[in-house]
Amino acid sequence: MLAVINWHSILFLVFAGLACAFAVAVVVADNIVRMAFYLVLALGSTAGLFFLAGAEFIGAMQLMIYVGGTLVLLVFGVMLTAQAPFISIKTSTNDRVLAGVVGAALLAVLLQAAFSVEAWRRPGVGQVANPSATPLGMALLGVRVDDPPAGTSPSLVRSGYLLPFEIVSVHLLVVLVGAAYLARAKRRRTPRGIETADVAASGGSR
Amino acid sequence: MADFLINTVGLPEWLAWGITAGVAAALILNVIAGGALVFIWAERKIAARIQDRLGPTRTGGRFGWLQSLADGIKLLAKEDLMPEGADGMLFQLAPYVSFCASFCAFIALPFAFDFVGQRLNVGVFFVVAVLGLEVFGVILAGYASASKWSLFGAMREAAQVVSYEVPLGMCVVVPVMLAGSMDLVTIAEKQAGWGINWYLFHDPFTFVIFWVYVTCAVASVNRAPFDLAEAESELVAGFHTEYSGLRWSFFFMAEYGSMFLVSALAALLFMGGWNGPIPVAELLGLSEGTGDTANYFVRLIGCFNLMGKATLGVLVMMWVRWTLPRLRIDQVMTTCLKYCTPIAAAMFAGAMFWQLALPGGVMRGISRPAGEIREGWLEGPGGRAAPRGATVPAAVVPSKKLAQVQP
Amino acid sequence: MNPLNPMHAPSALAGLFAVNLMSDPVSVTHYLVVGAIMFTAGIVCMAVKRNALGVLMGIELVLNGANVNFVAFSSPYLQGEQTASIGLDGQAIALFVILLAAAEAAVALAITLNFYNNHSTVDIDQADGLKG
Repeated sequence: MLAVINWHSILFLVFAGLACAFAVAVVVADNIVRMAFYLVLALGSTAGLFFLAGAEFIGAMQLMIYVGGTLVLLVFGVMLTAQAPFISIKTSTNDRVLAGVVGAALLAVLLQAAFSVEAWRRPGVGQVANPSATPLGMALLGVRVDDPPAGTSPSLVRSGYLLPFEIVSVHLLVVLVGAAYLARAKRRRTPRGIETADVAASGGSR
Repeated sequence: MADFLINTVGLPEWLAWGITAGVAAALILNVIAGGALVFIWAERKIAARIQDRLGPTRTGGRFGWLQSLADGIKLLAKEDLMPEGADGMLFQLAPYVSFCASFCAFIALPFAFDFVGQRLNVGVFFVVAVLGLEVFGVILAGYASASKWSLFGAMREAAQVVSYEVPLGMCVVVPVMLAGSMDLVTIAEKQAGWGINWYLFHDPFTFVIFWVYVTCAVASVNRAPFDLAEAESELVAGFHTEYSGLRWSFFFMAEYGSMFLVSALAALLFMGGWNGPIPVAELLGLSEGTGDTANYFVRLIGCFNLMGKATLGVLVMMWVRWTLPRLRIDQVMTTCLKYCTPIAAAMFAGAMFWQLALPGGVMRGISRPAGEIREGWLEGPGGRAAPRGATVPAAVVPSKKLAQVQP
Repeated sequence: MNPLNPMHAPSALAGLFAVNLMSDPVSVTHYLVVGAIMFTAGIVCMAVKRNALGVLMGIELVLNGANVNFVAFSSPYLQGEQTASIGLDGQAIALFVILLAAAEAAVALAITLNFYNNHSTVDIDQADGLKG
């Protein structure tokens, strides 16, 4: 089937197939815990795609931060907000059909854009030298040591990423403090838990 | 090996790479499974001796050598149960998720200079990242078992593993900083020679960081005294209460695999990896480049060296398990957030300043200029470390002309 | 053939079915297709799910689809010789997207937990207290 049968193509098909299949499974699944599990597998397969494209540092970053951090956080959230036997909250059929139509239209536009540029369909140079994280690390310190891409003008100044790096560091600190404050345990003075359960029960029939 | 298959045997390229990958995977699987067999027997014997009894003495002779095999046969023959309210698919998948995470981390673990599944430039980062994925198997097992003991154990273990990843990451960054690369092969190669080259003895900050790493690693793999997730006296059996037979044995292969992995990582990062306290290969006159057979023999010695160090680490973990009492969950969290993390951060800052002042470490660093050490950080595209004994050019000026240094 | 011109759309779609991705070696287009599918799945997930955490999962899928695109454009393996890949910039952008997605997921989860503490439910249709 493939003009070039090598492990790169086969592994790409495997990882891409898994990523797409589990992404669709997240949409289709009802049980929130199963959705989280499918999302873990989808993002893990995407990390595999990153490794295949040569972005090893980004792939390891995806596994550590996205899958091993953000999704664990999400699963903790699922467990903490669990309602009695994981009732599945269903949307009405109208909403789902409308969302499906809009999604299909968006997918068609994106795919058409993906196929439109001829130059993107030619593959690259194949296996090159071992990818290294050193240029990325140096760029984050503000110094660009990688070669400019082919076709750029020699007078182009390529900037380092020191400022975004610092901003993101402070941003993460702010998020840490803010999230800890928002989610702190508050002492309840009145037994509001009973009240709101009644409201939810009567309001859920709408 | 793939080159050998392509050139000498004449197989098509895809088949040669496939066979090489298959052989590498089979070898890693043997390390994990064989290691688990040996460690289960060792655990029972060590536990017994510490508790002043004998342990297995009947199966296969006086020392119970075949006890692990008998255990394995028993586990295979057990009935495959699933609780009634359990989520079927997640219940069945959870042990394999845990095992896959433990197995994948071995891909980037080098056993000798060329004995590595895939030499990743971000090897350390990859191993620590994949180790953190083992928690998913535990959470899924706890949830899918539909039993409150399992859920409690799973949530505690997830909180513990995720919290301890922070100081673990900081401890791991110190040897990366000393070596200038995240490549595990490079980090181990820079500690070549006699035992004083080890990063353990590089400066006092790294020495303290090593012990913090040991604490965090033991907490990460949920071994005592941090083993509330499987606390036998409190939670029946924690997250694997409802598992029996082969599924349970997958959890335990994952656990012993992770123990071996963090011990091997400690050996690579701090204790020189396959370069022993005594450079046996150099003393025997077999250095790199004296032919394929000698190369292979040198690497084999290195491989046994590394496995010996990792096994020593695992045995120490078992010794600690049967000696210290278990910590409560609040004590576990206190240890992480109030002790390990600040100490790791302070030692990291100390090691950083030491590296600026005396890059070569206590033993060799006072006479070597800083530039000579840092010159080796930006390596060529091949990524190989400089061979031992190569002279380093002294005319390298760092830090002012970084942009002109070729990556 | 301008993809933005609606008159060209039918012939573009015909070209879409004519080309067979499976017979070409892996190139940027393959990655863009994967990114598009993940992005669309995320959008539909955000639109369809009523559980607040389900919406959050949709957001993660959207950001991930965008990351796949960035990494594809930055990869020296996948680009032909005539085009200029964005090189390291793509990897740096993907890195920052991952970091910011983690931050945003933490804040969204804190908000969701706060909501759950007050209303005992995570159904976003119940969050209509400010409705006029």
